[in-house]
Amino acid sequence: MVLLTRKIEFSASHLYHNPNLSAEENRRIFGKCNNPHGHGHNYTLEVTVAGEPDPVTGMVLDLKELKEILDREVMQRMDHRHLNYEVPELAGQIPTCENIARVIWQLLEPKIKQGRLHRVRLYESADLFADCYRKGANGAAN
Amino acid sequence: MSGALRIELGRRYCFAASHRLHTPQLSEEENCRVFGKCNNPHGHGHNYVVEVSVSGEVDPATGMIANLVDLDAFVEQQVLEEFDHKSLNEDVPAFREKVPTTENLCIEIYRRLEHFPHAKLVRVRIQETGNNSFEYSGGNQEGRT
Repeated sequence: MVLLTRKIEFSASHLYHNPNLSAEENRRIFGKCNNPHGHGHNYTLEVTVAGEPDPVTGMVLDLKELKEILDREVMQRMDHRHLNYEVPELAGQIPTCENIARVIWQLLEPKIKQGRLHRVRLYESADLFADCYRKGANGAAN
Repeated sequence: MSGALRIELGRRYCFAASHRLHTPQLSEEENCRVFGKCNNPHGHGHNYVVEVSVSGEVDPATGMIANLVDLDAFVEQQVLEEFDHKSLNEDVPAFREKVPTTENLCIEIYRRLEHFPHAKLVRVRIQETGNNSFEYSGGNQEGRT
């Protein structure tokens, strides 16, 4: 099995607020991430696909095709958007790194026809990231 | 579909510390041969980068596996306060007996963090320099002594 990873970057704004909690609880749990007008990040997304290289092309999958999938599913949805208000897949969820990584996994997995999605890693900053795996996959602690 | 997925939260921390690779179980010549310049008598230092990964259920109310405030405070107390700007050999009791290689440092930091109460520790990865990195995910507790 060979792992292939492609990286993209997008910029988006968000804020953390749960309408079921009081203003004080929101402030206590989410801190400055609860500021009412939101803030933004340059997100870095690393998408890893696992598979065997095709004997004819030597490729696990065509990188150009993966680039197009990432552009269509992620960039066009999230780049220069407000994640709370403009991404329907995140509606009703707090747009944390964990939840965004899971939504990106759910968007990408059905679109990847060659190989299989192995890991989605989303960096909110250099010091904070979330990984999403299928349970039981190599590399995921079970 | 999300029930079949596993989410991990990764957080990166930095500290600066010195160490010397030397074991009394080997002769001076053997120490020098095995550890090379890492055996120089007065030690040397690194800017260590520690990546801590935890997993667990994402709380629907917060969207979080663990609150970063809690994780940061735990790592600060368990690791950074005791390791930053210290000599690993002289200031960390675990390394009185063990060589402070970054392999052993991974195991020591894993042991200090595995009782984090809010999520399950799954991995400690340490970059000693931009070119060397080490990971430990529990299991075999034997480090190099």
